Amino acid sequence: MNNREKEDYLREYSILKGEGKSFFPYAIAKDGSMAVITMLVIIVLTLALGAELGPKADATTTSFSPRPEWYFFFLFELLRVVKPPELTFLATMGIPTICLVLLLLLPFFDRSPERNPLKRPIATLAGITTIVAMAYLTLLGALGGSPTEIELQAAGQEDGKQATASSGCLGCHRIGENGNEIGPELTEVGARLPREAIARTLVNPTQPMPSYAKLQKQDPEKFQDMVDFLASLK
Amino acid sequence: MKLPTPPLPRALKPKPGRPGSRPPGNGDANGTGGNGKVRDLRPGTPDGNGERPSKGGPRVDRERFKEQALEVPIGVAGWLDERSGMSPFVRGLAYRKVPRGTNWWYTLGSATMFAFVAQAVTGVFLAMYYNPAPSEAYESITHITNDLFLGEFVRGMHKWGSTVMVILIFLHMARTFFFGAYKYPRELNWVIGVVLLVLTLAMGLSGYLLPFDQRGFWATVVAVNINASAPVMGPYIADFLRGGSEFTATTLSRFYSIHMLIIPGLIAALIGAHLYLVAKLGTTAPPWLKAEKAKALNQEEL
Ligand code: HEM
Repeated sequence: MNNREKEDYLREYSILKGEGKSFFPYAIAKDGSMAVITMLVIIVLTLALGAELGPKADATTTSFSPRPEWYFFFLFELLRVVKPPELTFLATMGIPTICLVLLLLLPFFDRSPERNPLKRPIATLAGITTIVAMAYLTLLGALGGSPTEIELQAAGQEDGKQATASSGCLGCHRIGENGNEIGPELTEVGARLPREAIARTLVNPTQPMPSYAKLQKQDPEKFQDMVDFLASLK
Repeated sequence: MKLPTPPLPRALKPKPGRPGSRPPGNGDANGTGGNGKVRDLRPGTPDGNGERPSKGGPRVDRERFKEQALEVPIGVAGWLDERSGMSPFVRGLAYRKVPRGTNWWYTLGSATMFAFVAQAVTGVFLAMYYNPAPSEAYESITHITNDLFLGEFVRGMHKWGSTVMVILIFLHMARTFFFGAYKYPRELNWVIGVVLLVLTLAMGLSGYLLPFDQRGFWATVVAVNINASAPVMGPYIADFLRGGSEFTATTLSRFYSIHMLIIPGLIAALIGAHLYLVAKLGTTAPPWLKAEKAKALNQEEL
């Protein structure tokens, strides 16, 4: 906006403001009603859905699902879209950071004086696209399968299968029909990686996968079962 | 011989009146402009005619303050106003105009603020019983949930309040985006808003660990790992969050203080700045409205 446009805006705004009503009681009545509605929604959600509490945190045994609050699903699911491991940092930090910087600087690169959404097609379309993308990713996250089931037929590996199922791997990885696609698929890891490499990855994983070093230290047998099971997937 | 009265301390000097404010005294002028004295600009006061020299000031002042002191404040509001002189400010806020066409979309900001206040209140009650030690955290949450009167209800309100606040803040941001409200002269308010958005999401993240159940714990491990994967600063931020290179007892108390002291303090301060700008600049009119008188005015100027 140049000075002329700024002046025009200020003049027009002061007239529209002059034509308006006073904040009290008109605007505050609407704000107050909205506050009451907000309160009621919170109370209804609380009464209907309660406050669940999972089993106590335990850094060694691992029947966990590393699922964030639902409003972070869209960030979490970016990992599903960006596949190659070397690009993981793009999904975890790169894309969110770029989006955030764009959002922060919005008033500095969109400087046209036009405010009507119908006359700003680029901005309006970009806004709608962002909302749809976030909604889609959130939905993907919500529909992601339960992380504690493996229906794979792998004869003779019951212990390992159970250890893997209860360790939350499927919160991020797919094995056969189950699990999520945030990390690489594990259905055939055995063919891709030797046993030692699998064990090494579990102890010293690439970000953002959590490490299983504690499990290895405190329950080496279970850890070994897990590695055996994974190595047998071919 | 008559000595001049000593100057009054600053706090006791009468404030300049604003249009529509109650006269602090009987309304005689205590000086003219340009001599650093307080001017009374109320309509109907003889101020501004430049006749009386300021030498006569002290005497007139004395009269004026006598009047002011004799005035009996009515009720609590009057008592407060006599001491704070804030009624013109409050009045200015309450009776400021909001533009024509202001609609329900404009309530989303104040609703977000209300949700924040609700979070603060329920959070304070949770903090009375919560214990941020790894061996105690989970137990104190179970205690709140199962034993305390309305404990589960307050915990639920805090949990669902966070969801509601996040939804409201996104809706509010969408409103200001589609209405073009981030444009001149409100750019700074948009920037403050984006920081508020980040802080609000950080509240959700830091609070998720506190009940210390499996889901929250491992989600936080992954979240901190995600942080660590950022180039350059990533590992340092992750170490700061964990209080070291591993999850320990420090991590939990660190998250607790971030969640209940650092971020809420920042949010409260920034909401203050945000609202100051809202009151100072006014809220936008809906972008599809055009001022009817604008054209007429331009014509007149010609
Ligand atoms: C804790 C979070 C926030 C609170 C409590 C808050 C509060 C408010 C309130 C009460 C208003 C007055 C008008 C209205 O309600 O629409 C307002 C206006 C505004 N807010 Fe926020 N806000 C928050 C977050 C944000 C965010 C995330 C953004 C955008 C990134 C933002 C940008 C703006 C802008 C640009 C205005 C001026 C709107 C206009 O003049 O029409 N705010 N805010």
